[in-house]
Amino acid sequence: MSAMWAASPSELLMQVATKAAGRQRSVARRRLPLIIGLAMLVIAILAAVFAPLLVSQSPTAIDVLHPLSPPFTAGHWLGTDQYGRDLLARILYAGRIDLAIAFGATTVTLVGGTMIGLVAGYLGGRVDSFLMRLVDLFFAFPFLVLIIAIIAMLGPSTFNLFIAIWITSWVSYARIMRAQTVVAKKQQYVLAARALGYSPVRVMFRHILPNTASPVIIFSMVDAVGNIILAASLGFLGLGVQPPTPEWGSMISDGQNYILTSWWLAAFPGLAVVFVGVAFSLIGDGLADLLRAGDR
Amino acid sequence: MTVTEAPLLTVRDLHSYLATGQGVVRAVDGVSFTVHAAEVLGIVGESGCGKTVTCRTIMGLMPARSVHTSGEVIYHPHGEQSLLGATEHEMRSVRGSQLAMIFQDPMTALNPVLTIGDQLVEAVRAHDRCPNREALARAVGLLDRVGIPAASRRMRDYPFQFSGGMLQRALIAIALASSPRLLLADEPTTSLDVIIQDQILSLLLELQQDTGMSMILVSHDLAVISEMCDRIIVMYAGQVVEEGAAADVITTPRHPYTHALLDALPHAGQRGELRSISGSPPSLIDVPAGCRFAPRCRYATEECRTWETALVAAGERDHAARCRRLDEIEEGRDTWQPSDSASA
Amino acid sequence: MSRFGTLPRRLVHVVIVLFGITLVTFFLLRLIPGDPALAILGSSYTHTRAVAIDNFLGLNKPIWTQYGQYMDRLFHGNLGFSFFYDQSATAVIRQHVAPTVFLVIYSAVLAAFISLPIGFISGIRRGGVVDQAGRVFFTLSFAMPAFWLGIIMILIFSVRLHIFPISGFGRGFGGHIYYLFLPALTIALGFSTVLVRSLRAATIATLQAEFVDTARMKGIRWSRVLWKHVFRNSVLAVVAVYGVNLAYLIGGTVLVENVFSLPGLGSLLVSSVTDRDYPVVQGVTLLFAVLIVLINLSTDIVQAALDPRVGQEIGT
Repeated sequence: MSAMWAASPSELLMQVATKAAGRQRSVARRRLPLIIGLAMLVIAILAAVFAPLLVSQSPTAIDVLHPLSPPFTAGHWLGTDQYGRDLLARILYAGRIDLAIAFGATTVTLVGGTMIGLVAGYLGGRVDSFLMRLVDLFFAFPFLVLIIAIIAMLGPSTFNLFIAIWITSWVSYARIMRAQTVVAKKQQYVLAARALGYSPVRVMFRHILPNTASPVIIFSMVDAVGNIILAASLGFLGLGVQPPTPEWGSMISDGQNYILTSWWLAAFPGLAVVFVGVAFSLIGDGLADLLRAGDR
Repeated sequence: MTVTEAPLLTVRDLHSYLATGQGVVRAVDGVSFTVHAAEVLGIVGESGCGKTVTCRTIMGLMPARSVHTSGEVIYHPHGEQSLLGATEHEMRSVRGSQLAMIFQDPMTALNPVLTIGDQLVEAVRAHDRCPNREALARAVGLLDRVGIPAASRRMRDYPFQFSGGMLQRALIAIALASSPRLLLADEPTTSLDVIIQDQILSLLLELQQDTGMSMILVSHDLAVISEMCDRIIVMYAGQVVEEGAAADVITTPRHPYTHALLDALPHAGQRGELRSISGSPPSLIDVPAGCRFAPRCRYATEECRTWETALVAAGERDHAARCRRLDEIEEGRDTWQPSDSASA
Repeated sequence: MSRFGTLPRRLVHVVIVLFGITLVTFFLLRLIPGDPALAILGSSYTHTRAVAIDNFLGLNKPIWTQYGQYMDRLFHGNLGFSFFYDQSATAVIRQHVAPTVFLVIYSAVLAAFISLPIGFISGIRRGGVVDQAGRVFFTLSFAMPAFWLGIIMILIFSVRLHIFPISGFGRGFGGHIYYLFLPALTIALGFSTVLVRSLRAATIATLQAEFVDTARMKGIRWSRVLWKHVFRNSVLAVVAVYGVNLAYLIGGTVLVENVFSLPGLGSLLVSSVTDRDYPVVQGVTLLFAVLIVLINLSTDIVQAALDPRVGQEIGT
């Protein structure tokens, strides 16, 4: 724990300069996770979008001659499931659905929740009270349980999955944005804008929003991971995307039945989820770092 | 007050550099001074001049991962113990029992989740494993001594229940718990009201006289320093630019920077604008060649800007200043002429 | 000065939230498109039963009366009737409570055991082995869906290594600890990512606080400074995060119970959805929400006990 001690000032300068140079290098290295995350996400999106170009098999083509083939069999890089369907093809096509959910569900809740939070925070008073009580109420429920309950009532389908997520997920964004807005309201730049007579809409969207958006953006990355896992979880439980549409979660669930003999059926779809999840996580962390460093 | 000859702490050619992502920060660049027994030494200078880093380096409280030092810090009573480069274990035996420190902001200097009593007892027992009951009694006594009313009841309070002034008193009590020989006070009154400032300073002076301990008082406020100290050193950009007996430095400052500091003090009967020093201190990473005060000094010449200057004798009682034009610059506060560019 | 000064106010808040919960669960049933009686009865539809359900739900009466009826039944502990199991919903639910509660507590404790040491060490030795390894490990596990992680655990520890059983609740306290270890660990790992991150950040921030310098200045041992001053302050941040992430924990039990075939509330919820046993769905949802409210309340109490400033807060 004691500091480094040098025998003479010149030796001291040498020691410290070396260490400072090292510090400068590590600052640059901190951008790396963000870049890796973005790269991973782009790979995933491209693989899903260009799936037909990457695999010749169809995800639903049944091949009764080759059920449960292990990975690295001829023509089936990741093996086949119990119906002989190519696993790699199914994973790539399932990626389309899961990524669509990640983006689709997250964007709507991001936009919706942010607006509600912004309005509530800016207007204050009864509107604020009411909206925040509503938010608190939603937070009292375990997220997954509420979604399951809603899907139970509406019936399991991909569309109802979107609806269930839209109904429940906006609250996190609203809460974050409202807290940010309440603080921003008292800042100089907002007071100046209002003194100039700008309409509330203009103050909110052109002044407050750009300056307070970073926490919600970062959170949306975390939320995207959550939504993918959510979709997969519901698929796993049979309550999400319904067959025959391939979806990572339902694939894992099916694969669980064959865990003793054909482990790849459950393992690979899971790896796909982890891959995309890690990508979003790294982007989120990288953004948080980037924005924090920018404050200095 | 009389100054005995025995030196307590000697700092010699202290350099304290920090390794950062922006380069090497030369926070303290060749500082030397000596504190004697029962002496109050004042360190004065602007923010960033290195006075806090100096104190923390002496105590070994700088972040170990980024700070590098060279030079010597010798604590004499312990058989000439070298503090710089000592192991953590060695420093621990010195901290609290020989050297103690109080920090600038009392509101953050105490653990918010422990009672004042807890933290005080901890200080008392740090170097003396006395039984709890005795430690408690001593703690109450200390709180009482620093002027906190209803001391025994207040022991059970938490820091957030104390005002700023009372917190600072409690911190002084903690610092004195193991009867140190030297107290380092880093801007102890800066975050307090003016009235409280007075009280705290009086308390410090009183304690210093009662116990005969030495003190290093750090401040950017020359008025505070002049009231309390026997000797003063003036720091600028990591270096000592003037040192001497308090009376000498205050009445006959020799360095242009000290002149300017004194001039900036508002005094009774003053009319018109307050005088400030134009410009700002140099970067501690890209240290300018030559005299560091030259860019802001009205007396600076080419020579000043090119060559570094050493401390030069400037008067009685070890009065010295870091200026090569000492003899040419007129002495005395009253003859200081404001330059045209001074009041920017 | 009482440390729990605002507790009465919190309790009022809790009661209000509980009422809100009953409102939401009440409206849940009203979400069903089409004829609720038909949906609830399914294949056991008869006219008499349908009329009974209509009366039970008060569908012909104004909505406030329906809510009143619902609340009245709730106060008498009546959660409805499960046509699937042919018993009162309360009875069905009660049989499934134990495994879930055990699992939740077990996971919470495991999560603390894992994340507190790792988070703290990562904070005091930034960039060290524990920190780097921990960060890689937890970034990965965070992206893993709880159920997949559970399956992989089963694959490794049950199928290949035969250390732990594949499924079931076990008998007796010791049996529960043994059988529930893998499921609890699965949930705890997902939970720990956030805890480790929080504690690490809080520790780094606390290390720079001035009171740590004051403590060091006294000349006490560094280990004591770490424990009494740094840890006791940084752990406060984690308690808050712990509470907030409990929703995740509960969600995790639903999936994990499914993977490990545990006869708890989570399994019941899923099976009753596929069985169209709406009253049970409603009842389980209500119970989960109440559980969360209780957990949040406990978190608040723990926070007040650890941090004297919290007890004095003038209402949120």
